[in-house]
Amino acid sequence: MCLGIPGEIVGEPTGNLRIARVSFSGVVKEISLVYLPEAKVGDYVIIHAGFAISVIDPEEAKTTLMWIDEAERALAAG
Amino acid sequence: MSNHVELAHGGGGRKMRQLLEHTILPAFDNKHTEARHDAVVLPVGTQRIAFTTDGYVISPMFFPGGDIGKLAVFGTVNDLAAAGAIPKWLSASFIIEEGLPLDVLEKVVHSMREAAATARIDIVTGDTKVVDRGKGDGMYVTTSGLGIVPDGVDVRPARVRDGDSVIVTGDIGRHGVAVLSVRKGLTFESPIESDCAPLADMMQCLIREGIDVHCARDATRGGVAAVLLEIAAAGRVHVEIQETEIPIDPAVAAACELLGIDALHVANEGRMVVFVAESDAKRTLHALRSLEVSRGSAIIGRVTTGGRAGTASIRTRFGPARALDLPAGEPLPRIC
Amino acid sequence: MKYLDEYRNADDVRRYIDAIGQLITRPVNIMEVCGGQTHALVRFGIDELLPDKVTLLHGPGCPVCVTPTETIDRALAIAARAETIFCSYGDMLRVPGSHRDLFSVKASGGDVRIVYSALDALDLAEQNPAREVVFFAVGFETTAPAHAMAVVEARRRRLPNFSLLVAHVLVPPALEVILSDPDRRVDGFLAAGHVCAIMGLDEYSLLVDKYQVPMVVTGFEPLDLVQGILRCVRQLEHGSPSLDNQYARAVRPSGNLAARAVLKEVFQTVDRRWRGLGMIPKSGFALAQPFAEFDAERKFPMKLAEVDDPIECISGQVLTGHRRPNQCPSFGTICTPDKPLGATMVSSEGACAAYYRYKRNEVS
Repeated sequence: MCLGIPGEIVGEPTGNLRIARVSFSGVVKEISLVYLPEAKVGDYVIIHAGFAISVIDPEEAKTTLMWIDEAERALAAG
Repeated sequence: MSNHVELAHGGGGRKMRQLLEHTILPAFDNKHTEARHDAVVLPVGTQRIAFTTDGYVISPMFFPGGDIGKLAVFGTVNDLAAAGAIPKWLSASFIIEEGLPLDVLEKVVHSMREAAATARIDIVTGDTKVVDRGKGDGMYVTTSGLGIVPDGVDVRPARVRDGDSVIVTGDIGRHGVAVLSVRKGLTFESPIESDCAPLADMMQCLIREGIDVHCARDATRGGVAAVLLEIAAAGRVHVEIQETEIPIDPAVAAACELLGIDALHVANEGRMVVFVAESDAKRTLHALRSLEVSRGSAIIGRVTTGGRAGTASIRTRFGPARALDLPAGEPLPRIC
Repeated sequence: MKYLDEYRNADDVRRYIDAIGQLITRPVNIMEVCGGQTHALVRFGIDELLPDKVTLLHGPGCPVCVTPTETIDRALAIAARAETIFCSYGDMLRVPGSHRDLFSVKASGGDVRIVYSALDALDLAEQNPAREVVFFAVGFETTAPAHAMAVVEARRRRLPNFSLLVAHVLVPPALEVILSDPDRRVDGFLAAGHVCAIMGLDEYSLLVDKYQVPMVVTGFEPLDLVQGILRCVRQLEHGSPSLDNQYARAVRPSGNLAARAVLKEVFQTVDRRWRGLGMIPKSGFALAQPFAEFDAERKFPMKLAEVDDPIECISGQVLTGHRRPNQCPSFGTICTPDKPLGATMVSSEGACAAYYRYKRNEVS
């Protein structure tokens, strides 16, 4: 399953399939954002088989990079 | 599995090896084909000449950074260069599909003339055939090449020694990704251009520096992985490379992630994998980096007794080593 | 690449590996469900870095592997027809049916095309009105929304020459087979991150509550995987089992509501046979009645016998975590990626193929 990789939305979505240009380190592919009605230019999304399936939450992404105990402390404190 | 030849048989991977070993090579077995090197070195009088041939069937014919003509010249030049030869003369045979626009043909031959001038070789003979519409994918080009191997130069897999350093002459995967980016049904925009370039001058530069190149091969179909495995098999050695040392452009890496393909399996057209004694590695790197075409050279690994002869492995950034394998055929975009 | 490279940092990963080593007191078996996770673990060598007390078992989350042989035979028959353009993801091309694979159908003249997305197949249907375009809809819940949208769009564009050969399978029923096994070997699970990104967490919470087995929804990068394993080990060492979400940057508790809505509209849940596992009730998708005109099984009706893997193949045991690939007597000898006996060797995501590709040579 599931070769899903992160890319940045760099173009406005158009058409009923909400096709937008998504960039992966400079490699740009047209992807359907139809399943992410709130996604906008600048967001990072997970792409699978030509469709964006999830918007990456930058805060959660950062938390995942923190050492797990620090993350849990932050969560408890937060 | 099949009684027919399949596309995978031409992909530079396992199936092609099988086709060669089981069907084609047994028909022609002689002491020259035994060496299994791309260009064969033959004695002629007191000299040695290198001789090679290659067919070019690339589709689409024009891609970022090159075209079938440029490829046909540089590809064959590079096979000669890998044998340590100074390329001199090429033949060019064209199989053209009925209906090909004349200006396309003109573009291709013009490109070949330019490439020949860059590589300082002459295209001295050739042939032209036209086949029915639907039978030729536009055009196929076959070039054969002759070069002269300077005295004392002996570049072949049997010369690879334990402890040798493995150097790649630039970042990998450009050509394959550049072609995929314009292949119908797979279009993506990318800043990546093919690395298609002649490497004979580069090789002769090393030779003139007095570097004893043990073995070299240009990493075309099947990528760097195919070269390492072929040389490991032919030289009966084990090669281990380090993931962290492999030079790769971020955009190429991203394209490979996107398509689910391994950059080590992707074709290059302007990259040589070079084997030299460890004591020569630094000097070789310095010489390579002084040239435009090999500016991005890097030592990526070594020949070691730490693994089974005839195999290759890659040490991941996390520490453990895993086997390098040939893909079954052409790398295909995956979902999984 | 942003949001990718950061999760491959060697120091971070090693720190988690050390923590797992310090935490663990007894042997545990952890199963990662998704083929993509198996591939990543083996490709990066992470399974070798883990302390010996952690055994990784590889789950049935490889849709290519579990597609039944008779479905492949059906695909081959459709692809061989003169009027069809048969479109598929690259992964399926080399999977053998009873006698051949899509590549060899292509070699004998069938119009077989590799596509990146189902929308590419849709475009082909529009450009070739005289041909029947059939798309091989293989995958789990992650890929189903893409296929559902292709059908919705085909209706909107009024394309009569487009259809799906549906071979979708669902993760939770397969997990339940493993969980309910009285001889279950699995102590904890890494759930498939992208499946959960679509479907959310509810189905998995239910399984955790019912079977009292820890489950951690996990991503696909090295850091994700070792974090998932640590969190699973923590649950096993300390707390009561719960559903944990390691992949919170991509997975929301309710999943992707827009996708789930379209799935409900376009597909219905049906019983499905899984290669290597047999029939699992309510474990697959088929097109719902309103979309029947896009069903390739209806357009190209044919009777095909069910085909089982040869008796030597133990892929069912591998898929449920009872055996590991290198414990199979046929592994690497009569069964290799070039001549696979069954499910787990036919795709590069399959556990046996991954082991063969990366681990079969002794490397010191």
